[in-house]
Amino acid sequence: MEETTVQTEHMAKYRKSNLWKQVFRRLVKNKMAMTGLGFLIFIFVFCMIGPFFSPYANGGVDAININQPPSAEHWLGTDALGRDVLTRLMEAGRISLTVGLGAMVMSVFIGTLLGVLAGFYQGIVDQIIMRTADVLMTIPGLPLLFIMAAVMSEWKVPAENRLYIVMVMLSIVGWSGLARLVRSQILSLREREYMHATESLGLRDRRKLFVHLLPNIVPLLIVVGTLSVGGAILSESVLSYFGLGVVPPTASWGNMINAANSLIDFQNRPWLWIPPGVAIFLTVISINLLGDGLRDAIDPKMKSR
Amino acid sequence: MSDNTILDVKKLSTHFFTENGVVKAVNDVSFSVSEGQTVCIVGESGCGKSVTAMSIMRLIEDPPGKIVDGEILFQDKDLIHASKKDLRRLRGNDISMIFQEPMSSLNPVLTIGEQITEPLFEHRLLTKKQAKQEAIKLIELVGIGRSNEIFHSYPHQLSGGMLQRIMIAIALSCDPLLLIADEPTTALDVTIQAQILELLKEIKEERNMSMLLITHDLGVVAEVADYVVVMYAGKVIEQGSVLDIFKDPKHPYTQGLLQSKPVLNQRKKRLYSIPGQVPNLIDLKPSCYFYDRCEHRMSICGGSIPEKMEVDDNHQVACWLYEKEEVRT
Repeated sequence: MEETTVQTEHMAKYRKSNLWKQVFRRLVKNKMAMTGLGFLIFIFVFCMIGPFFSPYANGGVDAININQPPSAEHWLGTDALGRDVLTRLMEAGRISLTVGLGAMVMSVFIGTLLGVLAGFYQGIVDQIIMRTADVLMTIPGLPLLFIMAAVMSEWKVPAENRLYIVMVMLSIVGWSGLARLVRSQILSLREREYMHATESLGLRDRRKLFVHLLPNIVPLLIVVGTLSVGGAILSESVLSYFGLGVVPPTASWGNMINAANSLIDFQNRPWLWIPPGVAIFLTVISINLLGDGLRDAIDPKMKSR
Repeated sequence: MSDNTILDVKKLSTHFFTENGVVKAVNDVSFSVSEGQTVCIVGESGCGKSVTAMSIMRLIEDPPGKIVDGEILFQDKDLIHASKKDLRRLRGNDISMIFQEPMSSLNPVLTIGEQITEPLFEHRLLTKKQAKQEAIKLIELVGIGRSNEIFHSYPHQLSGGMLQRIMIAIALSCDPLLLIADEPTTALDVTIQAQILELLKEIKEERNMSMLLITHDLGVVAEVADYVVVMYAGKVIEQGSVLDIFKDPKHPYTQGLLQSKPVLNQRKKRLYSIPGQVPNLIDLKPSCYFYDRCEHRMSICGGSIPEKMEVDDNHQVACWLYEKEEVRT
């Protein structure tokens, strides 16, 4: 039993450095990813807590001060209804970030569940799920979103609920790519020896799927999930820009940029559309940097530490 | 054989239906395991040992594999026609299995503890706390100290020998009646092999468990087996008690196998090897499958497949050499 005692001594050292700590350490070393993470934290704090410190919160309309350029009272000026642009930017950020995160969570959930089921059960289940995904992938995303949004408008969905509808729409469009990725991973994982071992232990399918297979694809989910938040924020902006996503009076970065639609606003009042544009740009770029950093940190095949 | 038979395999045939033809991986194999007995299946690579074990566990993937004929009775329960649910209750509970490669048989993202407790939750319906206590007991049983620490560690932090001990612990967790070990020591180095075998032997005796050991290592067979089944090209060519097989091997293949084993204190330039190779299992001719490699082949061997026959009490062989003898007398 000498071998075992030597082993356990080694382990005391090992135990502290488990996988996630290593990933985190590698991530911290990546300057780009940390910049992205830093900016994301900033924008979150800015949007979630910012409005509490603003005297113009809750979309107060001020008919006297419309279309004011940036000044000491209104740092980013006011819009056509006299609302403070900075406050609206923060409130819009709440909506855009919520939609982005919500759509990501939903599409990751749907994509993972269907991908796992398709990969594990194969056969008819696989056929049904993957053919549905294929059909979704043959239809270009934006027109599909436009049609769904138009239907929503037709059904007169109240403005407050549009937010959630947009999330659902984005996740319906977004799950198929992830489902494919997950399925291919599961297909290879299910042939591993330890999965045969679970079979020989008489474990239930539920256990095999969620205890054994799912943790193996978590790194993939984290990376894809992070990157897809950016995409979801962009899609939401596009929809809202066209007035099909989140509709006024609820602010979102997309429908704030809508101001650029009018030539006068575009030429003479850049404070109306530059701030939300910059916010979208920086947020999406930060998310992508963080996502890439996470991928590098998680991927064990990466050679340099 | 004895009355308290636990596992009875009768005329088992498992075939794989591939594009190139039907591979008869297991062809008319019969043997039985009684309570507390260790049965070894020996043979070279590709002779159907593992497929036999997988068939007993019903782990053959269908397609391409299929159990086409025969019966597998476990405590008089028919395993071939058992429902999925019954099989799930049986596996890991009454019959459990140890695999060849301990390094890849444990899920790398789950801790040892999580994996040991799984069958306890599944079959013995223990609570979390009880399961943990039981798991720690099991880890200690297989001879690993600092069980608490091991419980929380991941597979990559342990050596192959320790992982195989963990696999044994998992296999033993529900007190199985039959343990199937598919080359449990092949992937380990020699010093650890001996330890693992010793451990299996101890535990088996302590619990009066039966064991079906699959190996190509005759040293292992000599050490642990009570009864030996020698397979060649999917068929059983000889079976008998360990003493009979080692002292008085009948089939030319078994004789060859025993000759090709190194013997201590005997200097030989080169170990004996049986000439030729195992025939392709796809297009087997209706002859003795060992025909091409046999030193004692006769005309009859090339024409028809020898039946298994009793040459001694509890010692059967499938070879024309002995048939003739019997016919003569």
